[in-house]
Amino acid sequence: MVLETIWFFLWGLLWAIYFVADGFDFGIGCMIPFIGDNELEKRKMYNAIGPVWDGNEVWLITAGGVTFAAFPLVYAVMFSTMYTPLMLILFGLIFRGVAIEFRENEDSKAWKLSWDICMCAGSFLPAFLFGVAFANIFKGIPFDCNGIFYGDLLTFINPYSLLGGILFVLLFIMHGALWLTIKTDGNLQQKANDLVLKIWPTLLTAILVFVAASRYATDLFANYQKQPMFYIVLLFAVAAILAVRIFVHHQLYWRAWFASAITIFSCTFFGIIGLYPNMFPSLIDPSYHLTAHNASSSPLTLTIMLIVVLLFVPVVIGYQVWAYILFKDKVDEKELVY
Amino acid sequence: MDVLFLSRLQFAAATLFHFLFVPLTLGLSFLVAYMETKYARTGDEMYLKMTKFWGKLLIINFVMGVVTGITLEFQFGTNWSRYSAFVGDVFGPLLAIEATVAFFLESTLVGVWIFGWNKISKWAHATVMWLIAISSSISALWILVANAWMQHPVGYTIRDGRAELTDLSAAIFSKFAILEFLHTISSGYILSAFFVMGICSYHLLKKQNIEFFARSFKIALVFGLIFSFFEAIEGDIHGADVAVTQPAKMAAMECHWETKSKAPVFLFAWPDEENERNSIEIGAIPGLLSFLAFKNFDAEVIGLKEFPKDERPNVLITSMAFKIMVGLGTLFCLLTLTGWFLRNRLLEYPLYLKIMLFSIPLPYIAASMGWIVTEVGRQPWIVYGLMKTQDAVSPVSTIQVFTSLAAFILVYGLLGVIGFYLIAKNASKGPVA
Repeated sequence: MVLETIWFFLWGLLWAIYFVADGFDFGIGCMIPFIGDNELEKRKMYNAIGPVWDGNEVWLITAGGVTFAAFPLVYAVMFSTMYTPLMLILFGLIFRGVAIEFRENEDSKAWKLSWDICMCAGSFLPAFLFGVAFANIFKGIPFDCNGIFYGDLLTFINPYSLLGGILFVLLFIMHGALWLTIKTDGNLQQKANDLVLKIWPTLLTAILVFVAASRYATDLFANYQKQPMFYIVLLFAVAAILAVRIFVHHQLYWRAWFASAITIFSCTFFGIIGLYPNMFPSLIDPSYHLTAHNASSSPLTLTIMLIVVLLFVPVVIGYQVWAYILFKDKVDEKELVY
Repeated sequence: MDVLFLSRLQFAAATLFHFLFVPLTLGLSFLVAYMETKYARTGDEMYLKMTKFWGKLLIINFVMGVVTGITLEFQFGTNWSRYSAFVGDVFGPLLAIEATVAFFLESTLVGVWIFGWNKISKWAHATVMWLIAISSSISALWILVANAWMQHPVGYTIRDGRAELTDLSAAIFSKFAILEFLHTISSGYILSAFFVMGICSYHLLKKQNIEFFARSFKIALVFGLIFSFFEAIEGDIHGADVAVTQPAKMAAMECHWETKSKAPVFLFAWPDEENERNSIEIGAIPGLLSFLAFKNFDAEVIGLKEFPKDERPNVLITSMAFKIMVGLGTLFCLLTLTGWFLRNRLLEYPLYLKIMLFSIPLPYIAASMGWIVTEVGRQPWIVYGLMKTQDAVSPVSTIQVFTSLAAFILVYGLLGVIGFYLIAKNASKGPVA
């Protein structure tokens, strides 16, 4: 029981880290065609995420792998019921990845523009669909005790899930813009700064509306009513996003970026805490809910995986932090790779 | 066309495409690491140029491997949910450990290597490439342990209607897993050697950058020679193990119908699966199959007829793929051995260089054929003897899978063309000063 609960929150933690880490890559991807005015600015944007995006993406592979290892039934039912949205996410990620690497290989304008479009679509699609997917999970999915899905693609499209999608995109765009303020200077930095200021009120509204909507569209608040101290995570989210505004005002961009990371983290955990112990609730009958307890692996597998994760994830974080520190300086025009 | 057929087709297409890029990453990373170490040690600019030239090809190839790998991890859930639910307790950890222990390091360090030229010392930079090379092979280890478990499940028990892990080390250190790992990474090393030798041949034939490409050729040649012969010996041991663990696959590989001693190998055989015999048999070598499988010409080898018709793999596909793989493997030994004798006089043998240039695709074909033997030969089982493929597929609609399969073919087709075009373009451009 305890082991399953630990794993539930580790599962949430890995998704939260993934959203923080790849979130700013997605954000910058989304804005490349719009705020890069010339080729040099666009290149700087690619180079701002160039050294780290690939390592960031592995958090998704780990989150997926851990879902498989610790909660095989969730992995099976979640990914087969959400077949088409997940495929769209994966195709988006494919285009995003190759766009970054392929773009520099030819000089023609059409070539570069094509990859910019792939980069933008390949970043927007996963960002939006992760939001849509998680909102739908919070809400519940029509599937039965055999994991058979009673719905179609339209089932996933509803006001609450669209709100979730928009929230994710806004979070990631702010996160990406803040990364740009750190990694660039001059005009591009100014534009990124202005973008944060411009979307900040909308994002704050989106967070509040999403939380309010969750009250009606989901059962997330049941856990909070049982244990009001969990409301602290919402407090964190709001405090962090207010801090972003203050830090940007003082041009303390690193701090603003960290505050944005905490915002994303808290927003994810708002959902994760509310969900517990459910991982994939069924709309048809509460007895079909897949939970941390009825969908988990054996105690042996959970123990082995816990040891692996406790041993290696700190190491991974260690060398990823080293890589971030190595590339902490602003993108140098003379050392552009992409 | 049903969900089962479409899902199998999709997984086959996605895996084979993914494996067009993985082997080159496995081997070329070691070659680049060696070149960069030579540079760090000697300061010879030629080695730096080599590192950058081959490194550039490695990076283009690497990203294709990464993006096509992610879809595979998730396809177990999307298309094979019943399989995932049944074996997740054993199979899931292997994939999760791969990402945590190996793939993280590989992906993080690739960024450091590409961008880190002026940030870290040349020794540190070379070390980064060694770590990329080692972690990509360790990554392969976990994936192949997972696949080997599907071929020869060990270390589990059936409890509450699913397979549960009882002994992780039994799965990791199973003989089958070790043999499959060695066989697969060696194929990657051979492929990389032929890739490098082929591109060198192209430039040597054109008489450009002779010193650069002659030296690169020799580095790759040694690598290719060692692993071509290692692969032949290892393949023999691997085959003998398959004869014990997967007798139906072995029988299909050799079109062997009747259980008998002194079982022959045919140089060519065309199976007639309807009538349970071969319609064409050419060049039977009596006793050779018995010998290869059990190191005894008189040993009895189980024939296909021992298995019910619905528990036999497709004999034609399995046997043809096997023959092509073995034939090509033999050719790689011959070509690298020839290269060894010509290594210091390559320019005098344009015919050899031409053959090496046109040999670039051959290890790709051999590797794909190897996977076809492995996977088609395991049918109708998804986990050998434990779960049938038809019981493993997700309860999703045909139209969903049809659409995603079409998208896979379209997107992978397009990216494959662009990816190989960029590799060819950068390869033919030669080193930049």
